[in-house]
Amino acid sequence: MQKINSPSEMVEMRDLCQAAFARQKVRFLVCAGTGCIAGGSMEVYAELKRLIGERGINVDVELLFEGQESDAGAAKSGCHGFCQMGPLVRVEPKGTFYTKVKASDVPDIITATLDEDTVVERLLFKNPDGNKALAEHDVSFYSRQTRIVLAGCGTIEPEDIRNYFAVDGYQALADIFQNHSPEQVIDIVTKSGLRGRGGGGFPAGRKWKAGLDAKATPKYVVCNGDEGDPGAFMDRSVLEGNPQAVLEGMTIAAYSIGARYGVIYVRAEYPLAVVRLLKAIEQAKEYGVLGENIMGTGFDFDIEVFQGAGAFVCGESTALTLSIEGKRGMPRVAPRPRTTEVGLYDKPTLLNNVKTFAYIPDIIRRGADWFKAIGTESSSGTAVFALTGHIANSGLIEVPMGIKLREIIFDIGGGIPKGGKFKAVQTGGPSGGCLPESLLDTPIDYDSLDEAGSIMGSGGMVIMNEKTCMVDVAKYFLQFTEEESCGQCVPCRLGTKQLLEILKDICKGRGKPEDMDLLVELSHSVHGGSVCGLGQTAANPVLTTLRYFKSEYEAHINDKCCPAGVCKDLISFRIDEDKCKGCTLCARACPVSAISGEKKEVHTIDQTLCIQCGICLDKCPKKFSAVECVSPKIIVTPKEKMEVS
Amino acid sequence: MEERLSKVLAPYKGKHNALIPILQEVQAELGYLSDEAMMEIAKTIGLPESQVYGVATFYAQFYFSRRGKNQTKVCTGTACHVKGAARVLDAFERELGIACGTTSEDYEHSLETVACVGSCALAPVVVVNEEVYGQFKSSKISKIIENLKE
Repeated sequence: MQKINSPSEMVEMRDLCQAAFARQKVRFLVCAGTGCIAGGSMEVYAELKRLIGERGINVDVELLFEGQESDAGAAKSGCHGFCQMGPLVRVEPKGTFYTKVKASDVPDIITATLDEDTVVERLLFKNPDGNKALAEHDVSFYSRQTRIVLAGCGTIEPEDIRNYFAVDGYQALADIFQNHSPEQVIDIVTKSGLRGRGGGGFPAGRKWKAGLDAKATPKYVVCNGDEGDPGAFMDRSVLEGNPQAVLEGMTIAAYSIGARYGVIYVRAEYPLAVVRLLKAIEQAKEYGVLGENIMGTGFDFDIEVFQGAGAFVCGESTALTLSIEGKRGMPRVAPRPRTTEVGLYDKPTLLNNVKTFAYIPDIIRRGADWFKAIGTESSSGTAVFALTGHIANSGLIEVPMGIKLREIIFDIGGGIPKGGKFKAVQTGGPSGGCLPESLLDTPIDYDSLDEAGSIMGSGGMVIMNEKTCMVDVAKYFLQFTEEESCGQCVPCRLGTKQLLEILKDICKGRGKPEDMDLLVELSHSVHGGSVCGLGQTAANPVLTTLRYFKSEYEAHINDKCCPAGVCKDLISFRIDEDKCKGCTLCARACPVSAISGEKKEVHTIDQTLCIQCGICLDKCPKKFSAVECVSPKIIVTPKEKMEVS
Repeated sequence: MEERLSKVLAPYKGKHNALIPILQEVQAELGYLSDEAMMEIAKTIGLPESQVYGVATFYAQFYFSRRGKNQTKVCTGTACHVKGAARVLDAFERELGIACGTTSEDYEHSLETVACVGSCALAPVVVVNEEVYGQFKSSKISKIIENLKE
């Protein structure tokens, strides 16, 4: 291993790494993101290594660095993004892209690649038009994306820093040491138009300038990886897939404001991210690109990893710093100085989201104008979204700002699966809102989404089909915020509780017509009376669903009907006499034995016993489709009850 | 237990700031934060017990009673929610015979929800011990429970 002793040596290091990796003729990159690991990608990786090794091929990366050639090797990459089709394997240099790979597919992949120079047809992704995609850029899910932050995820091995060196890693840091003063770096960031990717969208350059101007010492750089939004995993994938980019971005920030220490705050639920970060930090220190006397310049910067303990509110900057200090994560009460003046341990602290830092090396290397040219006037660059829910292609995407919601959902996401119909798109997690079909031509940027009543947020995007109840969704988010409210502001602590109770009542069929006005009034009180973002935005899910899906509220309140068939207290399951063939599947599966009927005879559901679990609906074979969900509820009169029993 | 506890606490004497990592380490070692452990932590780092409890109870990660050998977490993130997490949770409650947030009497199973494990593309997701199950179907439950007995 060669320690970097001066910034000028970085070029040499890159060339050395590129040359070494080029000695490996074929590389099988197995996705080691959390999604693919859950699908068994580590077994695929082990099998690849074993079978390549059996052929007597050298799979040891170290030997490549000693100058030995190799016919093939296997590596673990970060998340490729197309999690739904995992486990994913990409074969380089051709880029052949295999989906849903099992360990038992590995012999075929190896034979096709190394002996026959062909591909394994059955593992290729089939586009909606029926054409099979050979490489990622042939897949509609990828072809419309612009990948900057995610470029390294899925192409490099996150646990070996030399992979990052080979793709120009740490060149930006070496460049600023040689050519730019802190002011000049901040100037580049300002000119790029980069806005904070945590959701607020505060201009990054302005924040960095405030960090530089702050007088007190020591200063801190904090990376916010407390990705608490349910339904989002962008930061997780970046931390797991390209941790070095985050470290380099933080180090550049530290140089710009004169910070000595850094902390990365990672959610407790992301153990793999923690492991990869710790490894990345250790390697960066070994190579002299982090720690004391970085690249021999005399500049010192250390980064520690702090594991959060499970509190959504800690994503708020002041709560996050208090949490690092070992206290309850309760946002500081206004009026308060900015974190850049009084932050961690009451010292100046520059706090940015994971993705904000990950953009920095590219912006420095490719220039502010390059970044500014992507996206829109007020929101430059790209946006990263976790596209999930009722969507055909689910996964992690990166798109230029300004792209329309419709393009994301239908062109990249492939629309709603199983013949379903689009109902709503939810962005911004519990702080965001649900937008209907009529707003699908809204361009994605901070201001347009804000106007529509939602927010950009940090990047969760959940698609909902016609079987989603919007009142239930509002209830779901309020349940979340009510639980996560830190409790110091009364309007938030009690307001979210009351909002939740009203929504619960509506879902149970106990809603009153005046409840809708009450919800709006309460929402405004919670918004106005809370100090932090959690409380100020907590009512957004209620307000947007009321605004765009009012008829569903009315159906619940006036007709005691849940049109989507979700709210248990308003629905019943029944068996269509004409369709039931008496296969007994439903009766055997019913957990409360509410279904009776002889074999090959029509079955019936005892409504007094039924718990609306819906298992009968799932079990009934598609060709019969005899079980249906109806709303309003079937009212059982005592007479009917007698008949059934 | 005392010995294991003092070993974990030894490097932290007097360090207030390290309270959360300490709580995490103690829980990792003992499985939960017992009253004795909490008092010992307070003594070691020199904080009032009330403050140690105040911090620990603020965060969802900490447990104050013994938990089951097997821990099932049903993800209730937004993607999982719209894909039927509530029904998955109901099914686990029925099959395990315990309510969400509780532990079975024989300490074999604990059941809880988690706000999001970040595997949303695989929704609905269930994590049993360390293993992540994606695109979960309630019909898998009995087999999973059976396998845990081995």
